[in-house]
Amino acid sequence: MSNNMRLTLKIWRQGGKYKGEFVTYKLDNVNEHMSFLEMLDVLNEQLIANREEPVAFEHDCREGICGTCSLVIDGRAHGPMKGTTTCQLHMRHYKDGETIVIEPFRAKAFPVIRDLVVDRSSFDRIIQSGGYVNVNTGQAQDANAIPIEKDQAGEAFDAAACIGCGACVAACPNASAMLFTSAKVSHLALLPQGMVERKKRVLEMVAQMDKEGFGKCSNVTACEAECPKEISVGNIARLNREYIAASLASETTN
Amino acid sequence: MAKAIALDTKLDSKIPPGEMSEKWTKYKGSVPLVAPHNKRRIDVIIVGTGLAGASAAASLGELGYNVKAFTFHDSPRRAHSIAAQGGINAAKNYRNDGDSVYRLFYDTIKGGDYRARESNVHRLAEVSTAIIDQCVAQGVPFARDYGGLLDNRSFGGTQVSRTFYARGQTGQQLLIGAYQALSRQVHLGTVKLYNRHEMLDVVVVDGKCRGIIARNLLTGEIERHSAHAVVLCTGGYGNVFYLSTNAMMCNTTAAWRAHRRGAFFGNPCYTQIHPTCIPVSGDYQSKLTLMSESLRNDGRCWVPKKAEDCNKHPRDIPEEARDYYLERRYPAFGNLVPRDIASRAAKQVCDEGRGVGTTKLAVYLDFADAIKRFGRDTIEARYGNLFEMYEKITGENPYEMPMRIYPAVHYTMGGLWVDYELMTSVPGLYAAGEANFSDHGANRLGASALMQGLADGYFVLPYTIGSYLSKEISTGAISPNTEAFEAAENDVKERLNKLLNIGGKQSVESFHRRLGKIMWDKCGMARNAEGLKQAIQEIRDLRKEFWSDVFVPGTNNEYNPELEKAWRVADFIELGELMCFDALNREESCGGHFREEFQTEDGEAQRDDENMKFVAAWEFKGDGAEPELHKEPLEYEVVKVSQRSYK
Ligand SMILES: Cc1cc2nc3c(=O)[nH]c(=O)nc-3n(C[C@H](O)[C@H](O)[C@H](O)COP(=O)(O)OP(=O)(O)OC[C@H]3O[C@@H](n4cnc5c(N)ncnc54)[C@H](O)[C@@H]3O)c2cc1C
Ligand code: SF4
Ligand code: FES
Repeated sequence: MSNNMRLTLKIWRQGGKYKGEFVTYKLDNVNEHMSFLEMLDVLNEQLIANREEPVAFEHDCREGICGTCSLVIDGRAHGPMKGTTTCQLHMRHYKDGETIVIEPFRAKAFPVIRDLVVDRSSFDRIIQSGGYVNVNTGQAQDANAIPIEKDQAGEAFDAAACIGCGACVAACPNASAMLFTSAKVSHLALLPQGMVERKKRVLEMVAQMDKEGFGKCSNVTACEAECPKEISVGNIARLNREYIAASLASETTN
Repeated sequence: MAKAIALDTKLDSKIPPGEMSEKWTKYKGSVPLVAPHNKRRIDVIIVGTGLAGASAAASLGELGYNVKAFTFHDSPRRAHSIAAQGGINAAKNYRNDGDSVYRLFYDTIKGGDYRARESNVHRLAEVSTAIIDQCVAQGVPFARDYGGLLDNRSFGGTQVSRTFYARGQTGQQLLIGAYQALSRQVHLGTVKLYNRHEMLDVVVVDGKCRGIIARNLLTGEIERHSAHAVVLCTGGYGNVFYLSTNAMMCNTTAAWRAHRRGAFFGNPCYTQIHPTCIPVSGDYQSKLTLMSESLRNDGRCWVPKKAEDCNKHPRDIPEEARDYYLERRYPAFGNLVPRDIASRAAKQVCDEGRGVGTTKLAVYLDFADAIKRFGRDTIEARYGNLFEMYEKITGENPYEMPMRIYPAVHYTMGGLWVDYELMTSVPGLYAAGEANFSDHGANRLGASALMQGLADGYFVLPYTIGSYLSKEISTGAISPNTEAFEAAENDVKERLNKLLNIGGKQSVESFHRRLGKIMWDKCGMARNAEGLKQAIQEIRDLRKEFWSDVFVPGTNNEYNPELEKAWRVADFIELGELMCFDALNREESCGGHFREEFQTEDGEAQRDDENMKFVAAWEFKGDGAEPELHKEPLEYEVVKVSQRSYK
């Protein structure tokens, strides 16, 4: 292990003077304890010192929970480590002299804003279309009024753990948002509080997802492999069941 | 007999009359209401969509107000609230362990070292139970036990189990609940969401807050937005220290700009240093990571008794050579003493040369006994994700090696001064969540920030804002095409241009780092008069240097994160000076504010209740002028003020 690794970075630059191209940078003195984003901070400090435009990339919590960081690293959304966001990736997993290719999350529904930053507000609009329980402040009954079986609550939690990062979309050859959408559908459908509106919810969320221009799911399951929160493709199966049941129900009532 | 602190005519805390336990009920029963058809004609701006902002925006939207919600994030779900790990308090007494509204109230006042306003804290404890009900109804998947009912854990500073949690991601689940409620209102059209918009000023017209100036972060466009009231839910300012557990983008700009426009800043020096964080590893470090306080339920803090043992492998240090210093000093609370006390104790043993790890600025947090007692599976079920996070960052496995931890800046109790209705000293301008100073006194108890943010947003503001807005129903729409708006817009543009045109040599980041070092060294875990005076001078010099030598690349008319950062750091520099002023002025030690000159023989904080039992509310008097201090005396009607003891 070394404290002064030298790395070559090939970074996608788009906006300002860049039309959309890879630019190569050399970086010395990379410490193995640095996080991947701290390594990019060092690069940016270097660029600023040379009065060049720093590389734009998004990040906030830097502890794997806000879903802001993105980056496709050497072809993999959030980099090589399983169950790890880009911000949690550390340089100890790289070797001196390596070349690293860094790109944004690419998808039609995630237009590039600049360099490595993309617009993921399509995810917000999917939630706005129905990813909630219709309950006003003050309408709730006592929290312990409805017991929920521990495992069932745990399963709902597993789905609710999605951080809305969009890696599933970036990893999918069709740029489908099924894993994200199904995680929300499952989270709420698994709880008694969310069950009441489960039919309407799944229909509306799927409709919005299609409208945003996400692709169709063809069961490649690359999404599950790259999801930093290890959201299961079992949720997609559940969404499909919910969707079919809801479509049938709406046909009979129409 | 305590001396009375003179009443300040500029500060009216508007505490309702009556018995403490009846104030809120009576207030709600008598506060003027706004009829539904009038609410539609009233515009409210909410800045910030974390727990406080999302819950406020959703609730006000449901009531029928026209709400505009602003966040600089790309989505409300990214707010810093998402990172809260451990849990949220509520006086449900589901454990039958003697909890009650009174006990939560009492614990919060005592935990805050008798520097919080009783009436606000009592209300917080009262509404705490409804928060849990609301969140469960939204689908928040709290932890449950085998009977299917909600589970609880203990947090520091309490002897009951009142903390509700969702694995180690409580903040995430609560925020998603509030985000979903907000998204529902966006869908219904009662709330208009402005993401990637940063508020850079508030607009005050004839003494009332009437709107904001915001920058569209994608295009750089400067926009005017008017409203009948503005609520700042913009979070805390811990990043003034550069390194903290706060998310990278947390900043003081909204609160600081409001302060410059007349909102008093309450207790700016009250900072919470959290005892259990992953220690600093190098000078490239960009932030610090918290290890949840819940770990102190099962983890034991220790250092070697002798400094010469500090380089040994921890497993080679026998039981009798270890100093479990918290259990030794505070037998009644042990590892669960409040945060300020645990942090200081860690600093003291490290100052004595008994710290561990390469920097010697760390103590052990050891789970070996708990694993022996409960088994690895139980410990994994309780803390699995935290252990994993620790391992990702340090490369060490806490099931086998004790964690190494050290205190880090975590939360700011100080914030905009607000009255009982959460209104700042500018009429029509409110502050909620971590952005206000209100409920935690000089030290916040764990799991109480989430509680306060959601209390403010779901259950307090929707009532109290009506008291002001009921007088605005005949005002009509507020025009943004007035002189005050124009002037504020011009100020913003001018400052942006100035930042871009300095063309100096040093990066924004380097200034932020230097500010952080001054603050941590001289206004951090321990403070003294001489150091604070030096800090004030150093910050003034830094400010001058910043405005003559900073380099901000790019232009205003584009997505430009460096420009955003430059503005925020410039505001942090100004705030840092005020914090030092406040810390210098507070000649006592209380909660997170530890002045070395004021300590007991055994090194505990020494309050001065005779002279210092007040809220310090600072008024901005112009650049270069000293801020003016206003004092809100703190009266304790219910709780008996006494020396805090956790022994
Ligand atoms: C790592 C960590 C763990 C924690 N764990 C716990 C815990 O277990 N229990 C607990 O009770 N507390 C915990 N806390 C504290 C708690 O999370 C915060 O105090 C709380 O979430 C703050 O919520 P908020 O809504 O006030 O602000 P935030 O969540 O910080 O939201 C601020 C919002 O304001 C917006 N904003 C700010 N300025 C502007 C501007 N100028 N223009 C536009 N928008 C703006 C942001 O975009 C964001 O939407 C923890 C804190 C940290 C750092
Ligand atoms: S499902 Fe996984 S990859 Fe997709 S948005 Fe959620 S956390 Fe990210
Ligand atoms: S920065 Fe928050 S998840 Fe990576």
